[in-house]
Amino acid sequence: MSEILLQIDGKEVDATDGMTILEAAQRVGIVIPTLCHHEKLDPYGACRICIVEAEIRGWTRLVAACLYPVEQNLVVRTRSEKVDRIRKMILELLLAHAPDAFELQELAKEYGADKDRFEKEASFCVHCGLCVRYCAEVKKKHAVGFVDRGTRREISFVPEIASKECWDCKECFPLCPTEALQAAFVLTEALSFPPPAYKPGLKE
Amino acid sequence: MPLINSPAELEDFRKGILSKRDPNKPCIALCSGSACHASGSGEVAASIEEEIKKQGLSAEVDIRKTGCHGFCERGPIIVIHPEEICYLQIAPKDVPEIISQTIKEKKVIDRLLYSDPDTNEKIIHESEIPFYKNQNRLVFGSNGNIDPKSIDDYLAIGGYSALAKVLFQMSSEEVLEEVKKSNLRGRGGGGFPAGRKWEGSRNAPDETKYVIVNADEGDPGAYMDRSLLEGNPHAILEGLTIGAYAIGSKEGYIYVRQEYPLAVENVHIAIEKAEAYGLLGKNILGSGFDFIVKVHQGAGAFVCGESSALMTALEGRAGEPRPKYIRSNVKGLWDRPSVLNNVETWANVPLIINNGADWFTQFGTERSKGTKIFSLVGKITNTGLVEVPMGTTLRDIIYKIGGGIPGGKRFKAVQTGGPSGGCIPEEMLDLEVGFDELTKVGSMMGSGGMIIMDEDTCMVDVARYFLDFLTDESCGKCVPCREGMRQMLKILTNLTEGKGKEGDIELLEELAEVLKEAALCALGQSAPNPFLSTLQYFRDEYEAHIKEKRCPALSCRELISFHIDPARCRACMICGRKCPSEAITGGKNQIHVIDQEKCTKCGTCLEVCPPRFGAVRKLSGDPVPPPIPEEERIITRKSKQK
Repeated sequence: MSEILLQIDGKEVDATDGMTILEAAQRVGIVIPTLCHHEKLDPYGACRICIVEAEIRGWTRLVAACLYPVEQNLVVRTRSEKVDRIRKMILELLLAHAPDAFELQELAKEYGADKDRFEKEASFCVHCGLCVRYCAEVKKKHAVGFVDRGTRREISFVPEIASKECWDCKECFPLCPTEALQAAFVLTEALSFPPPAYKPGLKE
Repeated sequence: MPLINSPAELEDFRKGILSKRDPNKPCIALCSGSACHASGSGEVAASIEEEIKKQGLSAEVDIRKTGCHGFCERGPIIVIHPEEICYLQIAPKDVPEIISQTIKEKKVIDRLLYSDPDTNEKIIHESEIPFYKNQNRLVFGSNGNIDPKSIDDYLAIGGYSALAKVLFQMSSEEVLEEVKKSNLRGRGGGGFPAGRKWEGSRNAPDETKYVIVNADEGDPGAYMDRSLLEGNPHAILEGLTIGAYAIGSKEGYIYVRQEYPLAVENVHIAIEKAEAYGLLGKNILGSGFDFIVKVHQGAGAFVCGESSALMTALEGRAGEPRPKYIRSNVKGLWDRPSVLNNVETWANVPLIINNGADWFTQFGTERSKGTKIFSLVGKITNTGLVEVPMGTTLRDIIYKIGGGIPGGKRFKAVQTGGPSGGCIPEEMLDLEVGFDELTKVGSMMGSGGMIIMDEDTCMVDVARYFLDFLTDESCGKCVPCREGMRQMLKILTNLTEGKGKEGDIELLEELAEVLKEAALCALGQSAPNPFLSTLQYFRDEYEAHIKEKRCPALSCRELISFHIDPARCRACMICGRKCPSEAITGGKNQIHVIDQEKCTKCGTCLEVCPPRFGAVRKLSGDPVPPPIPEEERIITRKSKQK
């Protein structure tokens, strides 16, 4: 592993080959906000809240810190007028779905995001994919997945798998930044699982 | 089937095919591409076969069902060789006459020829029709000369000679250098130099490498890759094999949309025949080089045209893009170096090898070399596929080749580059087409879609349309694309429905920035282009929609009204009878009046009102004049006053 020297917010940072900007920043205690990132899971790059300005050989562009690999002499700015403006808009877009999500509210304060900027949407889910990826990558069960695409994309439990696997697990629940996951599970449960009374041996 | 084992055997085989063919024997080449097929070439083919049999000419005439000729507006097209007599819009009823007159008697049938709209002069030869005359069909031209299901036809026109050349006369470095020197840029969207992409894969340390054909063309109205793959599949296979040789790949994929059944069929046949001839598979032409090609059918997601999404889909997963901070030519399909080029790019490769990079670079502009195939559609007289050298002006493409705007309407804008492109206004018609030139004016080359719009097109609605398309096609993974487009579409829809408000343009601009800067893949990053370019060139239309609730093009249904001018209405009762919602009152000798409450704005009354009256008008922004009092509605006709 070769040593890589880069600069984040004016601070010299030592990193190793293969690290992302986010990991390098965390190493020196610089906070970059994330929503879809989880250390046990593969980087996903979907929420885009972790975008930062990366300057290499005189070129500046916005990149996702959770994915962008560190390079020698890379100069990173984790805050700028533009970065803040984009983060604010991303938060406002998500708050239209999950206005009560604690994580979003905290970030909204930091970036001055208005939770009422956009009309409220019916779905709570912010599509961070933590539940889907945790179930697939850590538990290797694939009991919850995404269905459909674009603005119709939603999470959904697969009843055939969920009815076997989810009772004793539910480890994805605390990962969810909104209420959506539990709601989706309760729906699946109501529609597909026989009442526990008829299934001796299963936990309440 | 022979297995061809050396370049010499290939040449002998080619000579054998040619020696069996009499160049003077009449041959009817019938366009059987998808567009002509839709306009009835299948029936024409059946009647040609039947008629030839009936007239006892089976041994004396050849029939060749070719791929697309490009002049789709006038299909089905036939070209009779060796004279090259071109007949347009053929119906089965014309066939007996064609066989008895043109084939037997060598007489030209005037009424089936192209007639010049300005001079009424009849044009006999395909190549002299203005639509074709002003093109330079290096890549697409072979379509008309071969039956795509026949490998012998492709060999007859020199097919696979470029492959033989690279395998026996060139090192893989030399092939790469030639392609780099040609400055061939990707025809699929981004315009990335193909040679540099190949080089990256070639230099990547991994032993296993892939070459891939992107045939997931999905822009609304674009079908050039479809027509190439349907009409000349071997050219793409040959190009792909040459690319594989250059980078050291042994396995290739063709990712083709399931919605292109003829392309899927023809490419399967082509692979099978090429394998049987030893032009694909193990030890190609006895050179020791092995290469196989597999076909993968896409399930119809637009985003799968994006390279990383395409590769994810090829791996058997949901087609979602992944971030490309490491390029796919280094880490692509199954994390191996993978060169992905689109159909047209691969089809250019054999030409470059056969004729040399210097030949190729004589076409085009400083930074965009060669030709480009455009699909010319929309409000244009000659709909079809056109191939021109880079650097041709938009004006020449639209007027010289496309024949201008039909119906005496005024040109308004040309949309290039598909949903990620932009609209270019009239004052920029002298722009020379090229990758950088189009990007500079806020549009892009894309894969070559060119949609012509006339004065009746509302530019706000155009932006809404493309955004609607992309919202539907977005994979939904990242927030800017999924949520940003959701909001942009809502606002644009509101504008077209007269619900726009102050600040909407600024909010759209803010959302556009988030998409452009922060979306995960090119679909989202380029999605605001239709909005941004229409705002740049047609801002007044946006403002009219917001401030005056007026649609200047009289197109947005919620913002227009239909009105019958009482001074012009002659009470003919046609509109009243045709109105599907019975919104028109008035009878014989009584001026007709539209009930605005009942009117659904379908426009039927405007269409059916006889032009000599021209009484129905579309209004937008102005209030509809109140209906004239009933007692004033009676028309007294002079002829009946006697």
